[in-house]
Amino acid sequence: MKEIIYYPGCTLKNTAKNFEDSAIACSEALDFKLHELKDWYCCGTVYSLTSDDLMHHIATVRNLLRVQEEGQERFTTLCSMCYNTLKRSSKRINENENDRETLNSFMDEEENNYEGKVDIIHYLQILRDEIGFDIIKEKVKRPLKNLKLAPYYGCLLLRPNEVAIDDPDSPSILEDLITAMGAEAVYFPFKNECCGAYETVAEVDLVVERAHNIIGNAKRNGADAILVSCPLCAFNLDNRQKEVLEKYPDFEGIPVLYFTQALALALGLDPDVCRFDLNYQPVEDLVRGIEQ
Amino acid sequence: MDEEMVRIYIMGKEYKVPGNLTILTALEYAGYQIIRGAGCREGFCGACATVYRMKDDYKLKADLACQTKVEDGMYLAQLPFVPAQKSIYDINKLKPEVGTFQELYPENFKCVSCNTCTKACPQDIEVMDYVQAIVRGDIKKAANISFDCIMCGLCALRCPAEIVQYNVGILARRLYGKYLAPRAKHTRKRIEELEKGMWEDEVNKLMKLSKKALKEKYKSRDKEA
Repeated sequence: MKEIIYYPGCTLKNTAKNFEDSAIACSEALDFKLHELKDWYCCGTVYSLTSDDLMHHIATVRNLLRVQEEGQERFTTLCSMCYNTLKRSSKRINENENDRETLNSFMDEEENNYEGKVDIIHYLQILRDEIGFDIIKEKVKRPLKNLKLAPYYGCLLLRPNEVAIDDPDSPSILEDLITAMGAEAVYFPFKNECCGAYETVAEVDLVVERAHNIIGNAKRNGADAILVSCPLCAFNLDNRQKEVLEKYPDFEGIPVLYFTQALALALGLDPDVCRFDLNYQPVEDLVRGIEQ
Repeated sequence: MDEEMVRIYIMGKEYKVPGNLTILTALEYAGYQIIRGAGCREGFCGACATVYRMKDDYKLKADLACQTKVEDGMYLAQLPFVPAQKSIYDINKLKPEVGTFQELYPENFKCVSCNTCTKACPQDIEVMDYVQAIVRGDIKKAANISFDCIMCGLCALRCPAEIVQYNVGILARRLYGKYLAPRAKHTRKRIEELEKGMWEDEVNKLMKLSKKALKEKYKSRDKEA
């Protein structure tokens, strides 16, 4: 079985345990073991754009160093925010020897210097590039027939261009996964619209508006559920449906799933690994529909 | 005095003191009366946090004054008190989850993994690792890592993210102790037995014995080897 070092991130150990558990189960079913990085640190959540603010890259470099110390040159993650932060930060540090020197000299308690060779890939890239959607299609035991899914990318898998895991304007990686699972990917022009991200803390109404637009677009195109790969997108599109309903009384909810939850069902795994109890909108009807 | 004398600098002023003294006793040898900034003198209370530097070295070091011997060329200053923030809470009303820390110590989530706290810790605790464990909601891990903390405050003084690590750590240990640690079933069972009066007859028998008989009984008791 192939193995890759896996960086969970803080949210996947808390509110997005449904994302982590389903992803680990899927990867084992696909003969690709996720091996959790020992002693990892919070990625910082947001990539620091200030050019002379090296302090906010230390967490990334320590994580890269831990991967290097395990003798590896790449690792993977699931959360889009972790992916984006770690990828952008590692690009900067890997490509900039001066920054690396400054950070290495700051981290003088570390046994080793970070050598600038570790790269991060997103779990979806493993599915596409290492396993292959044709193999996944072969391993599907419970095809998600008659299920229409809206693939939601949000921002962080696609922007900025240099860290995009697919064409930023016209991505297809989630659509291809949906097709491999035997479901139908609906036309979804709002798939890479921003959900409002952390504005959800201070500007709930802004996020409610965005969620209303994005979900409305998915529903008008016939989606039974929305697939996401980011705990913050999941929060804004799933949990915030409560506030959307308060503002728009005729709003009808829609289940929001992590792509790994849908994949676990398609691979015929025990639905318990999906931890659907952590999803806000009920998904029981959807799961029952698949099982029948 | 036979012992070798060393040259130290207390708040910039030069003194010669015996080299076998601790920083704390050296300060007193030099004539300073330590009213705040000393406590048990045994390395347990955390009151004597000290900051020093060696001659010709730029690094500021931190330690406990009662546990560190003076060395030639030490520049010293004693910290009387750390006026760090402490949240007030009722442990019975808290939940053992990450949200509790977000509410009571939001600055904990500003950690940038610089590890300065760990470098400052005189107890050699991986301070940053327990701060990070809390960020990801692993209260058990935070409680275990921070277990040897003596609340000296040096981590908080050095932290660029302005976290008060030691107060965050004790909250983790309290939450773990109250809500998460496995309960000792045998203790519960024994308390129930006691409450039911399991030993009352035995105690009453002892109470009725004469002093001599008590002494005799004590001498002939079962002893562990």
